[in-house]
Amino acid sequence: MTAASVTGADAPTEVPLKRRLKRAERARQLKALALVLPLLLYLLFTFAGPIAGMLWRSVDDREVRQILPQTVAALAGWDGKDLPNESAYAALASDILAARASGTMAIAAKRLNYALNGFRTILTSTARNLKAVPEPGTAKETLGKINPAWRERATWTTIKDASGPLTGFYLLAALDLVRNVDGAIVAAAPDQAIYRSVFARTFIISLSVTALCLILGFPVAYLLATLPPGRSNLLMIFVLLPFWTSLLVRTCAWIVLLQSKGVVNDSLHWLGIIDEPLRLIYNRFGVCVAMTHVLLPFMILPLYSSMKAISPAYMRAAASLGAPPVTAFLRIYLPQTLPGIGAGSLLVFILALGYYITPALVGGAADQMISYFIALYTTETANWGLASALGAVLLLATVLLALLYGKLVQGQQVTGGMKN
Amino acid sequence: MLKRKIGKIGKIALGFAAALTAGAALTTAGQARDLTVVSWGGAYQDAQKKVYFEPFKKAAGLPMNDESWDGGIGVLRAKVQGGAATWDLVQVESDELAVGCEEGLFEKMDYSRIGGEAAYIPPAVNPCGVGAILYDFVLGYDKDKLKTAPNGWADFFDTKKIPGKRGLRQGPKTTLEIALMADGVAPKDVYKVLATDEGIDRAFKKLDTIKSDIVWWKAGAQPPQLLASDEVAMTSVYNGRIDTANKNEKKNFGMVWDGALFTLDSWVILKGSPNKDAAYKFLDFAGKPENQSKLSENIAYGTSNKDAAARLQPAVLKDLPTAPDNIKNAVEINVGFWLENIDRLTERFNKWAAK
Repeated sequence: MTAASVTGADAPTEVPLKRRLKRAERARQLKALALVLPLLLYLLFTFAGPIAGMLWRSVDDREVRQILPQTVAALAGWDGKDLPNESAYAALASDILAARASGTMAIAAKRLNYALNGFRTILTSTARNLKAVPEPGTAKETLGKINPAWRERATWTTIKDASGPLTGFYLLAALDLVRNVDGAIVAAAPDQAIYRSVFARTFIISLSVTALCLILGFPVAYLLATLPPGRSNLLMIFVLLPFWTSLLVRTCAWIVLLQSKGVVNDSLHWLGIIDEPLRLIYNRFGVCVAMTHVLLPFMILPLYSSMKAISPAYMRAAASLGAPPVTAFLRIYLPQTLPGIGAGSLLVFILALGYYITPALVGGAADQMISYFIALYTTETANWGLASALGAVLLLATVLLALLYGKLVQGQQVTGGMKN
Repeated sequence: MLKRKIGKIGKIALGFAAALTAGAALTTAGQARDLTVVSWGGAYQDAQKKVYFEPFKKAAGLPMNDESWDGGIGVLRAKVQGGAATWDLVQVESDELAVGCEEGLFEKMDYSRIGGEAAYIPPAVNPCGVGAILYDFVLGYDKDKLKTAPNGWADFFDTKKIPGKRGLRQGPKTTLEIALMADGVAPKDVYKVLATDEGIDRAFKKLDTIKSDIVWWKAGAQPPQLLASDEVAMTSVYNGRIDTANKNEKKNFGMVWDGALFTLDSWVILKGSPNKDAAYKFLDFAGKPENQSKLSENIAYGTSNKDAAARLQPAVLKDLPTAPDNIKNAVEINVGFWLENIDRLTERFNKWAAK
């Protein structure tokens, strides 16, 4: 298309120019897109895709549908008030026989056992003792004889509730909630309601570690930013060396330092300060100390870069105008470091939320964070639905907090471009 | 076991790898390939190579290769259902054996081809597999540091008699059994009591008595380290770890076998294996007492043949889980119970821990 071809009666002459500009702009945008496309695709396939797939598992509930199809169909019209009718029993009997033949019973049993403890035994014992399809009209009696659980309404509501294809079961469980026999959402049994307190614990530990990092890191960053280059470089190496050291090595070093016959306790004992060793590890204190040490560089580096940019002339000007040092610091220096404080705190906090190795090695049984449970359900008990539901809740809470944080500090540069 | 150290990351990576290779459906299925035996790697597989794999190759004149894996029922599912199983014989843990057997991932074990059921100790006989090794959770302590040697789990819970902290594996599995035995439940009745709500309450009540003195360990490598650094006076520990520490690090650790909890790892033949005959030949070879006793000489695991223990030197035998005196009062960890209750009791355990 040339400029000559678009000469309308009232078309001002700059239109073609505008168009040309637009076209040039678009070409440039395409070029930019082509440059980031490989990374974008890579992230999509290796990061966004798997995360979406994992999140999907928290609502996906197709096992029982696939393994007990006739039962699920027969229960579709059941109101859940009394026991289901004979046809549901007959459907279950033939499903169980088919599942036993194909060896898939264990998968359905596992899923139903999450909702009703003991369901594994109910299904396996029934499968073992059911010899053939019961005579028409006797299925209810036969199954009830094999296992009295089939005479309970709860057994059947559990199957109906697990009929899928989607479920809220895992997400509710991650928030300590269950559906009762009548389908109402109620609090989980007291001895099984742990996840809310684990989430709270995770956030409290992360917040304490962030606060400790800020208190310890701020003076260090200030020193780094204000010392002459030669000496600040030397100090910088002290910050970076641990940063480059393996997390596992640093965590184990803390075990050596803090254990009851460790360096710290022995020194205190030798100085006569204590008679009995202090408990510094395998508790909350140890977790906070080790995690703070591991995450400190993530606080110091953003602080340092924001402080580097502050001209010392400002403080001199404040002093010459008569501000006492504290006032000058609070009103001139501190506000200018806010972006660094924001970036460092957000970085440390979000990294701390997902910590696994450090609390696992230096924490007690009451200091395990949510990551421990996600790992436990992923690898040990293979309850992937619950693992991904816990992950989903953590992800959501983190995103909400980051947004809230962005609102509070009201700075685009602070939230890494996250707008509110 | 040794594999615990590698643990989770390896498991996940292997799971992905297995899923990928299964998805790729390599066209090796149906083609003749050599017998492939898969075990746990590390020092254990080195010992197996020495006493089983290499001698078998020579004796039977059959080619075979061995690989190692990290456990996980998902890996076996992918292998079998992907239709391109590149493995024939796999050594699995007891819960993988139980679940895989229910799901039909393994061939039914034909005992007539491996010396008959009567040749093996009863816990080793399973319709889907045959026991390979037996190992224990025992009470471990440092003989150099304790004035009074503990006699069993009751002493473990008695901080007056033997002061100091105690190490236990984090989580309900093994912990609840130990608490009940300390409370006077006979080893053979542990799971009967644990099957009731009162029994579970009783176990937690017993744990309450030493709650502030427990250090929870997570990986098998930790308990010997806790003992060595004097962090705990006693701990539950895998028997093989104590043996290794005594042999390689010149420690003087002791074990109490009374009320130990044992479990087995078993050989299974993956469903649809094209090398079933060779697999049975290997199992027959590895099931013979004269071969099994050589394994125990190399690594402190008990083996599954009834007559293997009798061929060992008394000095070797006394530290093995299968020595008659050591297995007398031991309890087999009940796989069925834990498959059914692990999630619920894990929640309850953590509730209790946070109190």
